[in-house]
Amino acid sequence: MPTSKNRKGIIKHVASIIIEELKLENITAETFNPDLDLVDELGIDSMDLATIALVLQDEYKITIDEDDYPKLKTVSLIAEYIEGKLAAKN
Amino acid sequence: MQTVSSLLNKEWYERYKRIASLNIRSSIYDVTNRCNLRCKGCFFFSSGEHEAAREEMDIKKWENFIDREKARGVNLAILIGGEPTLCMDRVEAFYTRLPSYCATNGLIKIDRAKFPDLMVGISLWGGGEDEKILRGRDTFAISSKNYEGDTCTYYLYTITPRQVGKIEPVIKRIADVGLKVHLQLLSNDEGVDGFSWGKEELADLRREMDEVLDKYPRTVISSKYYHEVITTGKMMGRAFGWPECPSVTESLDTRKPQPRRLIHFVRWASDLQTVHRCCTSATRDCSTCKDGAAHMSWIMVNKREHIRTTRDLQNWIEVYEMFAKLYRFIPW
Repeated sequence: MPTSKNRKGIIKHVASIIIEELKLENITAETFNPDLDLVDELGIDSMDLATIALVLQDEYKITIDEDDYPKLKTVSLIAEYIEGKLAAKN
Repeated sequence: MQTVSSLLNKEWYERYKRIASLNIRSSIYDVTNRCNLRCKGCFFFSSGEHEAAREEMDIKKWENFIDREKARGVNLAILIGGEPTLCMDRVEAFYTRLPSYCATNGLIKIDRAKFPDLMVGISLWGGGEDEKILRGRDTFAISSKNYEGDTCTYYLYTITPRQVGKIEPVIKRIADVGLKVHLQLLSNDEGVDGFSWGKEELADLRREMDEVLDKYPRTVISSKYYHEVITTGKMMGRAFGWPECPSVTESLDTRKPQPRRLIHFVRWASDLQTVHRCCTSATRDCSTCKDGAAHMSWIMVNKREHIRTTRDLQNWIEVYEMFAKLYRFIPW
């Protein structure tokens, strides 16, 4: 579970998960552009998103609907989505 | 980390953007079990798929089924058979609901007044001589008259090993009647003598396919990378086969690890309940399968693997454009 739940912390954590899961090279969570379009610029597809979503669900104890995948186009949007889910839980 | 915009110049990036948003979701439908030809090497009959399901005859049931397919997210219906033009009411049910593509042998002319922009792909198995051996008649003589100059029609030329060295005259005949052509290779499911591929033949064929693409760029809808992948069976150092094929019916796909695949893809039998394993025959040896659509799709679903070098990504774009042109998501 990430120690920081604020947006910045979530962004960094999501970026690190994406780097790890997609085995991206020459990039760190600190240098990852949170507004980079993951689908258009990195070629991430729904299978990649499903893999990432599984990790995020486990880490944040939330559920991510498959229908929501099209909304999760950038790290910033994913972080915003997670924040919303966490707020709804509390 | 490579990104799309870091690898492409402005012109290529615009080409990429044009196709990146298409989000094509296709499925395949056996419109009927019947055909007005019986071709040697046709997987539908050689593998007994024409007997796999009892044809649904109630058009209302077809209409309801297609509505459900649309609700499932399908946005490209690929109609095969049998011969779909034997059941034009079913073709019409698809056409009025979904972007549709109709594979046909071209012997029956589709009424363009009723189906003005239905995409039509006419099967062609070589020059006149091979057509007579494999199909019992020279279908080109009829289909070319039926569809001459038609802007929504192309030939799907299935090249046989006997055609190596003889492709250009076929392409020229097609160009002369004002039609386009896409190239694929025969998978000799029935082991017809003299129609199995050797390694050297495939290398020669690749060169020849490249040559006709260069010489007839307005007629041949293809790409050199597609030629490479379909003739070698290799992509990015990986071999085509069951563990890699993207065109497996989703509900029957129990492969582990799961490869990249066509999302929600199903190939439906004509009873609208039975599903087939994949886009072609389940009896086929996947390691030697030469299905053109499966190889195109294989490249297309592996987009991220092509975001490696400028050339790799351009290759991917060209194949995606080829697919999008064949189904008219973008103009020729």
